[in-house]
Order: sequence, then structure tokens, then C-alpha cells
Amino acid sequence: MANFFLDNKDIQYHLNHPLMRKIVELKERGFADKDVYDYAPVDFEDAMDSYRRVLEIAGGVCGDVLAVNAEGVDHEGPKVVNDRVVYAPGTARNLEAITKAGLGGLTLPRKYEGLNFPLVCFVVANEMVARADAGFENIWGLQDCAETLNEFASEEIKQEFLPLVSRGATCAMDLTEPDAGSDLGAVMLKATWSEEQGTWLLNGVKRFITNGDGDVSLVLARSEEGTTDARGLSMFVYDKRSMAVKVRRIENKLGIKGSPTCELVFTNAPAKLVGDRKMGLIKYVMSLMNAARLGIGAQSTGLCEAAYREALKYANEREQFGKPIIQFPAVYEMLTNMKAKLQGARAMLYETTRFVEIYKQYTHISHERSLTPEERAEMKFYTKLADGFTPLLKLFSSEYCNQLAYDAIQIHGGSGYMKDYPIERIYRDARITNIYEGTSQLQVVAAINHVTKGTYLEQIKSYEAGEYSEEFAVQLGKLKAMREAYEQAVARVEAVEVEHKGEGFKDFHARRLVEMAGHIILSYLLIRQGSEVEDYVVSAKAYTKMAEANVQAAATYIANSEFSDLEVFKAVLE
Amino acid sequence: MKKQLKIVVLAKQVPDTRNVGKDAMTAEGTVNRAALPAIFNPEDLNALEQALYIKDLCEGSTVHILTMGPPRASEIIRDAMFRGADGGYLLTDRKFAGADTLATSYALSRALLKIQPDIIVAGRQAIDGDTAQVGPQVAEKLGLPQVTYAEEIVSIDDKQVVIKRRLEHGTEVVSAPLPMVMTVNASAPECRPQNAKRIMKYKYAMTPSERAAAGDSQYARIAAAKDYLEIFEWSVADVDADDNQLGLLGSPTKVKKIENIVFQAKEAKKLTGCDADINGLMVELIANHTIG
Repeated sequence: MANFFLDNKDIQYHLNHPLMRKIVELKERGFADKDVYDYAPVDFEDAMDSYRRVLEIAGGVCGDVLAVNAEGVDHEGPKVVNDRVVYAPGTARNLEAITKAGLGGLTLPRKYEGLNFPLVCFVVANEMVARADAGFENIWGLQDCAETLNEFASEEIKQEFLPLVSRGATCAMDLTEPDAGSDLGAVMLKATWSEEQGTWLLNGVKRFITNGDGDVSLVLARSEEGTTDARGLSMFVYDKRSMAVKVRRIENKLGIKGSPTCELVFTNAPAKLVGDRKMGLIKYVMSLMNAARLGIGAQSTGLCEAAYREALKYANEREQFGKPIIQFPAVYEMLTNMKAKLQGARAMLYETTRFVEIYKQYTHISHERSLTPEERAEMKFYTKLADGFTPLLKLFSSEYCNQLAYDAIQIHGGSGYMKDYPIERIYRDARITNIYEGTSQLQVVAAINHVTKGTYLEQIKSYEAGEYSEEFAVQLGKLKAMREAYEQAVARVEAVEVEHKGEGFKDFHARRLVEMAGHIILSYLLIRQGSEVEDYVVSAKAYTKMAEANVQAAATYIANSEFSDLEVFKAVLE
Repeated sequence: MKKQLKIVVLAKQVPDTRNVGKDAMTAEGTVNRAALPAIFNPEDLNALEQALYIKDLCEGSTVHILTMGPPRASEIIRDAMFRGADGGYLLTDRKFAGADTLATSYALSRALLKIQPDIIVAGRQAIDGDTAQVGPQVAEKLGLPQVTYAEEIVSIDDKQVVIKRRLEHGTEVVSAPLPMVMTVNASAPECRPQNAKRIMKYKYAMTPSERAAAGDSQYARIAAAKDYLEIFEWSVADVDADDNQLGLLGSPTKVKKIENIVFQAKEAKKLTGCDADINGLMVELIANHTIG
């Protein structure tokens, strides 16, 4: 009888953040639905009560069903039978439980049979699902494709597809092709309009498609004949019931084995255009990817939670030299740092989610009425923060879940290397998080703009101006010094970059700069929490120590780096 | 054409005896209810699933919970509503207290006479008493056919229901005319989970007493304004029952003595298959209460 919501005070803390009032009010638009739908809340407290109750159900399904099935799903995996994906039996049971509990369409409006929950709740559910079974999180979490339809598709398409998702249909986003991975502008799958059938027809091949045989697929395709770049691509929605897409094979992967990664063959597959032609990659995929990156942030945080708990449990149970190994400094240091990274990743996850949530709600409201100047300014403010924090979150959380899984195996010693303990699966599952939906290297490319534009510095200064418990006086002093070191490092890199424009000096140091900003931001988030709740004091202090060492290392590296250094590293090109 | 059936599930809120700690029993040897969480009796959840399954098959059917217990037993009615039930009846009155199976089945049958259901579904037995008597006694008191140990509804129409029973050494399929009583085994499918939308729809479902206790709160007003949020609360007078057949007064069961038996294997004994050894073993097992 495990409940992944009730047993996690950290999640409950974030659900109670003061910004929730604003978020709920934006999401519920004056609680107008209460007279139309019998399950709509009447006020803020009622809404929060409903979120907690439903997340408790989700937590129960995660603890009692998904987590129990995870090992079997990892061993059995999905199969391809007659060009279709057949899920592992455990996966099918998971989907049944989730559907019966009514957890589809979590964020979708009630008129499409959704629950109209804030994104924060979706993220909570997402990380709980990932803690139970990271591979299943992919299948369930892809319902956020429906959000892209909700934002950009016509009313007709929304009415056709969104209720399906609310009732439990699974989704897929079909972007990657054999020759178009990180470079999606090279997508070649062809979309042609058939006058005769009155529909678009898709032809071609997609590869590495997560849950590729899902019920509802968003497909990026080339609708403009003769084009070769991003401007010729449009977004389409395809219904599996048309039976015009075959699964040629599924990949045999290192981890997340329950999640089928498909190669798909489209043969005159009928599909509907989403939004405007030519905006597929430029606008819609960017929106999809931002949502997906937030999703990976949740998945990574769930994996951090799973890894930390396995490590803590084992360190308490395992005795060597006459005492539990947690009593050895090498082990308790590792565990304290793991916990700090876990809580830090989660702090950033919900900070980012709130930023995304607010600007998304303003976007939806702007389709219903024109925003006031204050609202427009606020929307712009949060959009910028969301854009800046999303790659930072993806970078830090995915790297952290890998680090935590690595350390957790280390704490298990030889036993952790065996299939006997769940940590072995968690370790393999974690490995994809810093690769897919944009590698860590690509997150740095997105984030470095916000180093240059000053998004991070501004936000750091805003955190710096906050009020904190006196307990953190030392840490706050150190953070000011770190911020100065960050500014100096940015200035130095910018200066050299100006001298050698476009020759790669900034790219060379980009990750160091982005990580400096991230370490400072995470420290502030934990200190802010530690000033409110005693439970976070240790993590805030431990994290700030790590941050200080990391920031200094990066600062030293950059301070001593000359443009000519690049030659040293380019030697490998020979 | 399938009939719209009126289905009632007999359910009980019980102390969770599955996870007993050292505080589970009082010094007197009775169950320490305060130390154990109160839960939906597990086999009653199997019964609820069968009822909801019939509701799925026969569109327009209704499922209501009937439970007898203290005021807080309304919790299991709400739980059932979150899983798919339409509502419920709480039999609560001091006069019902202290009932054995006979007095319980009498009280329930009085309420059922008032409700007039087509099908009554009960769990095989409750984990606090383990008697498996209440379902069959209700059937007898109402003069209805009964099918015990049900595991699966094979088919149902407006005249009869065909049921697979799970017996000790196999299964059998039987049919019974409606109205009827069935008791459901733990081997039947698990109950469906609570559903997100239903939780939000029914979370303010209350009995009149709960509403009164909630005072003039907004939520009490919501509960009062919507008929489907009413949990019926019946006293002895509401079900027109005879006081002498209720509660302690109507319970012939008398507990003579409670003995705490600890099974311990102190030594190993080797027995042959001869009659003398087998007889000796039987005498011993009866003497130490292992059997009999």
C-alpha cells in the first residue's frame, strides 16, 4: 500500500506554493465552470482540495500498480506483432489502472472532458509516475501532446481528438527521421493534399518514435514541395484507427524498455493539418519541445527520488565492520549531496513549471479577450523566465538523475551491479534523460542566450534581494561572491568573443557559464525553502557548498583560458 | 432489452486486521478498534465491483451501498461513490449497536424491505468477524434465493442472473431468478479504483448529521443544494424495526471466554499411518483448539 504522493512531503510543499493562488485563478477564470460541470471547483480551496485528492489517487496507482509492475515490464518489454506494438502485460495493466482512475486529460479543459488541472499537478503526477517506472512515464506523459493541439489546432480537431485523450488514448510526437535528429529542419516525410479524398496524405519513414503506435500522433511533415528547410514543414495529427502507419521495428534499448521506440512507415496515411502550414517546426514543434523538456525535468526528478530512496534504504540496511554503512562519512556525505541534488532539481522543476504555467494561461486568455497592459507585461516577463529556465531545468535535472543513479549503485556496491535490486534498472533508465528531447549540449545552446541576454543574472539579483532566514547569512555572503565571479566570467568570455567573433570561444565555455548560473539559482531556491521549512536547511547548506566549489572551478578555468586554448582541443580533429 | 436494475451492496467498515501491530488486541482480548485504521471490508469491495459490473452491463441501473455502523461509516459510502456507486444508506442508531449476525441481518433486511432492490450483493465475509453469515441470513429473512461464493457474473437479463461460484475443489455455474442475494469471494475481480472526476463530483456527499455538523459552510450549502450529494441516514424508526430484535438485545451470541492461543512447535514428533497414531493426533488437535 505505497502512496507516492502521501509519502513525499517535498512534493506537497511545492503544491502549496503561494503562486498557486494566482495559477488556479488564471486556470479557472473566475470559477465559471462550477455552474456547468458537476466536478468543477467553486473556489481556490475547493480546487486545491480536489488536486490533493486526485493526486493521492495517482500516488496510490503509482505505488501499488506501476511500481509493482516495473520489473516485469523491464524484462518483458513491448513486441511488434503484425505491424503493431503490443505492450508488455504490465504496461497494459498500468494503462488500465490509470484510465480507470480517470487520470487522462489532466490539464485539458472540461469541455473536452479533461480535469482542467494546472500544469503543476500534471508535473507532480508525472514525476510520481517516473519514480514508479520511468519508461511508463513516457507513454503517460505524452498526453501533453494534447496541450499542443489545445493551443494551436482548430476547434473541429480539438473536439475530435481531445476527448479521446481525456478518456485514456495515448499520444506520440513523430518528429525524428533517419536523417533528421537534432536537425529537424531536414525532415522529409511527405505530406500531400489529396483533392480526391479531401485529406492530407502522409508518406515516408519516422525513426526513434516513442510510443509510435499511440492512438493520436502529431506528425511533422514536409507539406511544401521543393523545399528543404524548416520553412517547408507543417504539423499534422493522425488517428491510429486509420491503420495506415505500420510499425516496422522497435529498438532494443539500454533502458526505459517498457516504452516502445518505433520505426514507422507511413503509406498514404490520412492526417489533418494542425494550425497553419509552414509553421510546423518554427512554432508548433518548439512549443511541443518546451513541454517535452519540462516533462523530462519531471521524469528526471522522479528518477532522482527513486535512486535516492533506494540508496538510503540500502545504506541503512547493509552492515559492514559491525555497523550500517550509512554511518561511514564516505556514505553519509554521498547521501546528503544526493538529497541536496534531488531537492534542488525538484525546486527548479516547480519554479520552472510555475513560470511556464502563468505565461501559458495568459496565452490562452489572450485568445478569449485582449489582455490588459499589465497582463501583457506579466506574460512577457514569465515567458522570458520560462524560456530561460526550461533548458536549465532539463540540463540540471537530467544530469543529476544520472549522478544519483551512479552514486546509488556505488552505495549498493557489488549488489547494485546485479539485477536483484531496482537500482540497476533506474541507472539504465536514467541514461536517456540527458540525451533525448535535446541533449545536455543542446540545452546549453538554448541556455547560453539567457546568459548573454542577462535573464539569469536578473533573476539571480531578484533572488538576492529576497528575504531569508538569518541562519543562511554565511551562504548568502558566498552567493554574492559567486554571482560576482559569474559576472566576471561572462564578461571575460564576451570580451574574447568580441575579438574573435564566431570562432567558438563562447561556445567553448558555454556549459561552464550556464552551469555557474544554474548552481547559483539552485542554491537560492533551496535557501528560500530552507528559510520557510526546517526540512530544507541541510540541503540548502550542502548544495551551496557544492555550488561554491563548482562555481570556483568554472571561474578559474575561464579566468585562465586564452583564445589559443581552442587549438589544444581542436587537435583531436586531425 | 436489459432491465434497469436496482442494486444494493451490503458493506461494512471494519478495523484493518490485516496489518495488526502489538496494540491490535485489548487486554480483555477484544479488538482494539482505536488502534486500527477503519477500512472498507475487502470482500465488500469485490462485491461492489460485481455490482458496478452489472450496472455497466445494464444501462440505467443504480448501485447503492447499505451499511450499518457508527456515523463515520459514511466514509465507505463516499469511497464507493468515488468508485462508481450512485449513493448509499447509513443505518445508524445506538439501538443497532452490539449486534451479532442475526441482529445485523434483521436490521439490514428491514432497510432492504424499504429499498426493494432487484439484486443484493454482499462480500462473502468481513475480516473482523469472519462469519460469512450476514449475506445468507439476509436472503433467508427476505425469502430470496441466494448464491454464495460468487466469482463471476456469466450473464444477466431482467429475469435471472447466471453466476460462477468458486468452491473448494472447483467451480460451478448456477442461475437464480431476480430478485436475489449473492455473496462475493475475494477471488472475484478487484474493485476499480477511485475515479478523479467522481471524487470531485461526490466529495461533499454527506449524511444529514454531517451536514448539520458542517454548519453554515459553503460546502454544506453545496451538499444541500444537490440531491445526488445526499447520503441517506436511517434510524430504527426509519426502517420500522422491532427493538427486541436489534443490537445486543437481539443478539443471541454470547461470548463465554476468550483465549489467546499461541501456536508453538516445541518438539518434532514422528507419526505412522496407523489408526492409533491418527486418533491420538486428532485428540491432540481438538484439545489444543487447532481444529474443532
